[in-house]
Amino acid sequence: MYLAISNVLTAASQRGLSLGFGFLDQSAGFPIAETPIPYTPSDTFRTAFVAGVLNTLKVAGLGIVLATILGTLVGLARLSSNWLVSRLALVYIEGHRNIPLLVLLFLWYRGVLTTQLPGVRDAVRWPGPTYLTQRGVFMVWPHLTPSGTPFAVMLGLGIVSAVAVWIILRRIRERTGRATYFGGVSAGLLILLPLAGWFISGGQPLAWEAPRLQTFNFVGGVHLTPEFVALLVSLVMYTAAFIAEVVRAGIQAVDQGQTEAAKALGLNASHVLGLVILPQALRVIIPPLISQYLNLTKNSSLAFFIGFPELFTVSRIMINQAGRAVPVFLMMMGAYLAMSLLTSFVLNIYNRRIQLIER
Amino acid sequence: MTARPDEIQPPQPPPLLQWMRENLFSTWYNAVLTLASLAVIYLTVTALARWVVFTADWRPVTQNFLLFMVGQYPRDQLWRIGASIAILSLLLGSSWAIWGATLRTFGITLASMYVLVAILPFKSVTPAMRVFMLANPALIYLTYWLAKRFHWSSRPLLIGWIISAVMVWFLLRGLGVGGFLPPVPIGNWGGLLVTVLLAVAGILLSFPIGVLLALARRSSLPVLSVFSTIFIELIRGVPLISILFLFSLIVPLFLPPDVRFDRLLRALVAMTVFSAAYMAENVRGGLQSIPSGQIQAARAVGLSNFHTTMLIVLPQALRKVIPVIVGQFITLFKDTTLASGVAVLEILSIARSVLQGTPEYLRLQAEVYVFIAAIFWIFSYSMSVASRRIETQLGVGQR
Repeated sequence: MYLAISNVLTAASQRGLSLGFGFLDQSAGFPIAETPIPYTPSDTFRTAFVAGVLNTLKVAGLGIVLATILGTLVGLARLSSNWLVSRLALVYIEGHRNIPLLVLLFLWYRGVLTTQLPGVRDAVRWPGPTYLTQRGVFMVWPHLTPSGTPFAVMLGLGIVSAVAVWIILRRIRERTGRATYFGGVSAGLLILLPLAGWFISGGQPLAWEAPRLQTFNFVGGVHLTPEFVALLVSLVMYTAAFIAEVVRAGIQAVDQGQTEAAKALGLNASHVLGLVILPQALRVIIPPLISQYLNLTKNSSLAFFIGFPELFTVSRIMINQAGRAVPVFLMMMGAYLAMSLLTSFVLNIYNRRIQLIER
Repeated sequence: MTARPDEIQPPQPPPLLQWMRENLFSTWYNAVLTLASLAVIYLTVTALARWVVFTADWRPVTQNFLLFMVGQYPRDQLWRIGASIAILSLLLGSSWAIWGATLRTFGITLASMYVLVAILPFKSVTPAMRVFMLANPALIYLTYWLAKRFHWSSRPLLIGWIISAVMVWFLLRGLGVGGFLPPVPIGNWGGLLVTVLLAVAGILLSFPIGVLLALARRSSLPVLSVFSTIFIELIRGVPLISILFLFSLIVPLFLPPDVRFDRLLRALVAMTVFSAAYMAENVRGGLQSIPSGQIQAARAVGLSNFHTTMLIVLPQALRKVIPVIVGQFITLFKDTTLASGVAVLEILSIARSVLQGTPEYLRLQAEVYVFIAAIFWIFSYSMSVASRRIETQLGVGQR
């Protein structure tokens, strides 16, 4: 132990490395291609690091949502009574589970997005003003108009109150057994409040900005870089294959007798699924699902190979730029650990609630 | 209500039609789904086939095939890799005969890969190599037949595997004495050879470490359990790529300046450490599944702590986690691609350098990556099929 530490100190002094974190306030001096927060090379290393973390959160958060949707669909398709649909889902699952994510990433990035797609001039036009080009995807994006503030406020209010009303009314029903129509009431709030906001702001709260082709590139709308698209698509498609298996196993783990008993009690099909099968299946599904989410977050570090500036890529540049390998490494690993621990902490609480409700 | 044989039965639909009615057209929406799926299949299959046969230009693959397989391994020393393949074939055939169908999947996969190498138009593969590749399936079958015929037993075979692993290592690495088997620097190894080496060595090395970590985590000594828990959770909380960089960038800072390790070795250590943490959790799952009655019974017969673990708990626990370990091997095999990030010349970095090195290949990226994906797919899929076989053999799902 002593030897290791003295080795570090000797090496550090020899190579002019410092182990302090003081460099964080210095100017970073390197550009980052895309950042969720304003950033220029003259900003500090601290800002650069935060931008990297935010990029990781962006791609991981979006990836988790999309992978869950796609994975659930494929998992249900795998269980379909239709032989062909079930086989198609199997082909999708086996096709994605058995190749390395990195190869999938290169296949999408190098093989498809940057070589097979046309240049900006003759972009592939998706239905609607969405353009696929070598330089990424250009899409329409809503912008809040000056008079749109009431709408935004009411939208937020609607979401918050709908969730709150749902929780409260549901609890009342569980306690007293009276019908409280929690689903209808909160759905009503969710629709009515933003609608009111829409009228207050004069019916024009949002302006949809479509990308337009100018001399060299598209302007307006939202631009997804090929790096981001490749990373997101490959993370989603790869993880969805694993989530599909998790979903399938979870639903299959619920005994057939449960369905039959629920039907015998006179529940209709949607109640059988929603009140009997799903709560039991979720108990099996949630724990492996958590680890898939964590895998997706950690796998987003593969962005390093295509240069998407997330946490790992930015840390790697910071090591070269600041010359302080050890502190940057500690920060990076700490950030990943924090994300892992936080995700598993939150989802474990949810998991515990699900498990408790059932018994 | 048994039907009399002379009673006239209503005409049955032919079996195929009945099957289709039950599985494809049972309801109107199933019929719609079936037709939609058929359309999807038709479109993708025709588009893919057209691309593979007509559009795609496979030159980067066919002209650099040997590079993809063995990297810069000296071309006049290729017989050593051939000899290693032959040894593997011999062992695989006899193992298939003795240990049963799980290895058959793998044997058949390898044999068909050999045949493919022999018949596909790869430029750098000489006729002699093609004949050798065709001979290997025969070799597998020959030893299979011999082992079946003369009832070879499993213990010598196990020793055979261990001895050949050592032999193959020295065969590939070289001896460096007396001109026979001149040493081949590890820096010259590359391609699939390095991928397989990383995966196999990684899983073999991480297995004992993982078992020790799992035992330590369940130990009643707080120092041991806390330390191994922290180690396992730390490693599992960060991405593999960061561990790889840790060992290639940071760890050298902690070593005396005159100690230098090869890149491949550093990557191997990183993969081993990473894999050991996951292995530990898998083994721990197996350990937890052993009912405590087993341990109490072992104590009651007077076994010591050490003997209880070694003779009662571990054998049962490890047997249960074999399928999981195969799964982990598949993961590790796929994860070797990340080593290309620290300049290890495994198959993916060969692909990248081939594409970068030749301007005319610049637009042929998809072809190369499809080829790499196909190689990984074939190996991983056959291993996952084998792992499912082991599961049914061990009856894991039935308990």
